[in-house]
Amino acid sequence: MRDMELIEGHRAITPPEGMPVWDVDPFDTDILRDPEAYYGELRARGPVVYIPRWSVLACGQYETTRTVFSDHENFVSSRGVGLNDFHLGEPWRPPSIILEVDPPEHTRTRRVMSRALSPKVVKTLVAMFAETAERLVEELVAQHRIEAVEDLAERFPISVFPPAVGMRDVDQRILVDYGACVFNAMGPDNALRRAALARNAQIAPWIMAACARERLTEDGIGAMIYADADTGEIAADEASLLVRSLLSAGVDTTVTGIGNALHCFAANPGEWDRLRADPSLVRPAIEEVLRYTSPVHTFGRTAGRDSQIAGFPVVEGTKILCVLGAANLDPGKWGEDAGCFRIDRRPMGHMAFGAGIHGCVGQNIARAEMEAVLTALARKVARIEFDGAAPWRPNNAIHALDKLPLKLIPA
Amino acid sequence: MPRLTFVEHDGTETTLEAATGDSVMETAVAGGLDGIVAECGGSMMCATCHCYVDDAWIERTGTRSESEDDMLESAVCEVRPTSRLSCQIVLTPELDGLVVHLPEAQV
Repeated sequence: MRDMELIEGHRAITPPEGMPVWDVDPFDTDILRDPEAYYGELRARGPVVYIPRWSVLACGQYETTRTVFSDHENFVSSRGVGLNDFHLGEPWRPPSIILEVDPPEHTRTRRVMSRALSPKVVKTLVAMFAETAERLVEELVAQHRIEAVEDLAERFPISVFPPAVGMRDVDQRILVDYGACVFNAMGPDNALRRAALARNAQIAPWIMAACARERLTEDGIGAMIYADADTGEIAADEASLLVRSLLSAGVDTTVTGIGNALHCFAANPGEWDRLRADPSLVRPAIEEVLRYTSPVHTFGRTAGRDSQIAGFPVVEGTKILCVLGAANLDPGKWGEDAGCFRIDRRPMGHMAFGAGIHGCVGQNIARAEMEAVLTALARKVARIEFDGAAPWRPNNAIHALDKLPLKLIPA
Repeated sequence: MPRLTFVEHDGTETTLEAATGDSVMETAVAGGLDGIVAECGGSMMCATCHCYVDDAWIERTGTRSESEDDMLESAVCEVRPTSRLSCQIVLTPELDGLVVHLPEAQV
């Protein structure tokens, strides 16, 4: 038998007959900066498309994306959620034991994490989040002109999340960069991924050291995870890997969510007025920000066995890009105004937190952080205005702003 | 198509047609019932789709998993032996006629 041909560390496939073929690089920096046209064309070409550049399939229509993304039996996570197939090569880092595993292993670690991040736990943090947001927003309103990525979107999660985890070590740059590195590593071997791996080599030792039990307080989320190692539900080294998952998935993502929210409201002042007039819209507004901006734009799966997508055969080992950003803007799901930001939309079933058994385990804490920030801003800020160019920062899996200069007009 | 009846806390009854394979939660949301919030969209992360399965149906819906049990601890209303997260009850033809009761609040 001929050796299997590999591309980006996964099996190169022959496109199934009749499947649309699209010669595009979804990880091109221009697309990553401004993906809406790419999302639209991906949806228009069909429910599933073959992309020769990386020899992968891609889905962007809502129904197919949701079906593939939540079908953990056919489309597994244990072979990596990026382009590399962990069955065929050494992963770039020791794999996550919650993100990059399948049941039954996943069921065990997921249970530990979902207990530690449950709504009940998040309720105990809400007052701390609100006080911190009040103080920070007050300071920034007095400052009037801010660079909202660093001054607010990064600073708020860095002020509340490490204390919630119980971290004794806090470094804003390292913590934000670490998440960005992990997400960039999910792409192909492009400049973004190479830079991420180089940066990761510098900061991973700091991250692993910060996840050690003795570096954590005894009353945080981290300690809850280690307590499950004491009972034998997980092993001690697994506890440190789960704390690592908190840091990779829990910082850069919420930073992005908050930054994107501010961008939405600066661009849609009428929606800001609406939120200020009816603060009870804050929860649906958060969901709409997430749907409209998809902080995590793309995640992969691997066909664990021969199966099919939208009637096309899919061979075992095929990598599938689930383009969550495209699904979240699909007019077929959200209606003709899918491309409008409307805070009362209540977009139940959006894909920003994924779906199914791998749905974001930290979504309660993410919502609580965004709620604290938006609530404080809505009370103290009459208008959020752009104060210069707001470029996006290309990342292979995250859609985030690089800079967001804003003027905060006090209420 | 299974039919499904929701009894809200104030006694209001709503009967909805459901699709086999959909969850009780999805049926309620599609039918516009306010008594189910389902903030997480069915990932068993939020405990805002809490329901009480009618005693007559509890044998047929099956029991909750350990993870579902964990998440129900975060429910705002009393958890009873018949409590379920409605996103975890998938409708089959055998569940035609199912009756579930909704708690007073979800958040």
